[in-house]
Amino acid sequence: MTTPKPHPLPSSVVRDDEPLLVASARSGNASAFEELVGRYEDKIFRLTSNITGNREDAEDAMQDAFLKAYAHLKDFHGESRFYTWLVRIAANEALMRLRKRRPNHFSLDQPIAGDSDLMPRELDEWRPNPEQLYAKSEIDKIVSSFVDQLEDEYRIVLVLRDVEELSTQETADALGISLSAVKSRLLRARLKLREKLSRHFRQGALN
Amino acid sequence: MNCKGVIREISNYIDGDLDPVVKQELERHLEHCEDCTMIVDQTRKSIEILCDSRPVSLPTDVRDRLHTQLRRKINHDPS
Repeated sequence: MTTPKPHPLPSSVVRDDEPLLVASARSGNASAFEELVGRYEDKIFRLTSNITGNREDAEDAMQDAFLKAYAHLKDFHGESRFYTWLVRIAANEALMRLRKRRPNHFSLDQPIAGDSDLMPRELDEWRPNPEQLYAKSEIDKIVSSFVDQLEDEYRIVLVLRDVEELSTQETADALGISLSAVKSRLLRARLKLREKLSRHFRQGALN
Repeated sequence: MNCKGVIREISNYIDGDLDPVVKQELERHLEHCEDCTMIVDQTRKSIEILCDSRPVSLPTDVRDRLHTQLRRKINHDPS
């Protein structure tokens, strides 16, 4: 088997040959499966890292996710995108490990009491634009560090919805929680991220 | 709709997931509220920045271990 250098691929874009590759992998073609792994390994590792916040767990979760995907390929019937199916498996693997490290620490489906935490505090304009202040790679680093700082229950939903670009329904399905639980966490996660970025970009503009 | 109402619906609004009547009320508020307009724009921009962020490449050692594991499994357990 070859180990081709993966090419980053937006999750919303499905290459034309993907259904053929999946079919080929399902019929036992190992190199077709490895080609699929090569396409998505960067993204799946980012996902498991984002969820677990721990490099060792992220690697284990990614490995087990691909192994499980291979073992259960026959159960994938193309109802969703292959990537979405893979994300569900990887998210589960990562969540299992996070729960092991932090038992009873976070809940993805308990109602959130009150909305006193919603009102924004940072009310300054982003001027100059973040793109004028920072290089793209710096902005990526800044946003990634702020995502890491979010509470587990907010970070996990935000990552599936706005990084992996799953729909709200797909996110709910992947996490086994209700649509309203996804929406309430997503709202808070997005507002918290805006708040953190706002504080940073204001400071950046002052420096 | 007041500012609090806008903030509560901001995520649904950005996702285009609002009832048309509520959307209209929200947009009517935005017409005269600069703070809320800015918060909507910045929240949308935050999501864009997040969506656009690229995954760092898998570290070589992690990648090698992954492919070694896969080959071992696939060779032992051909399906």
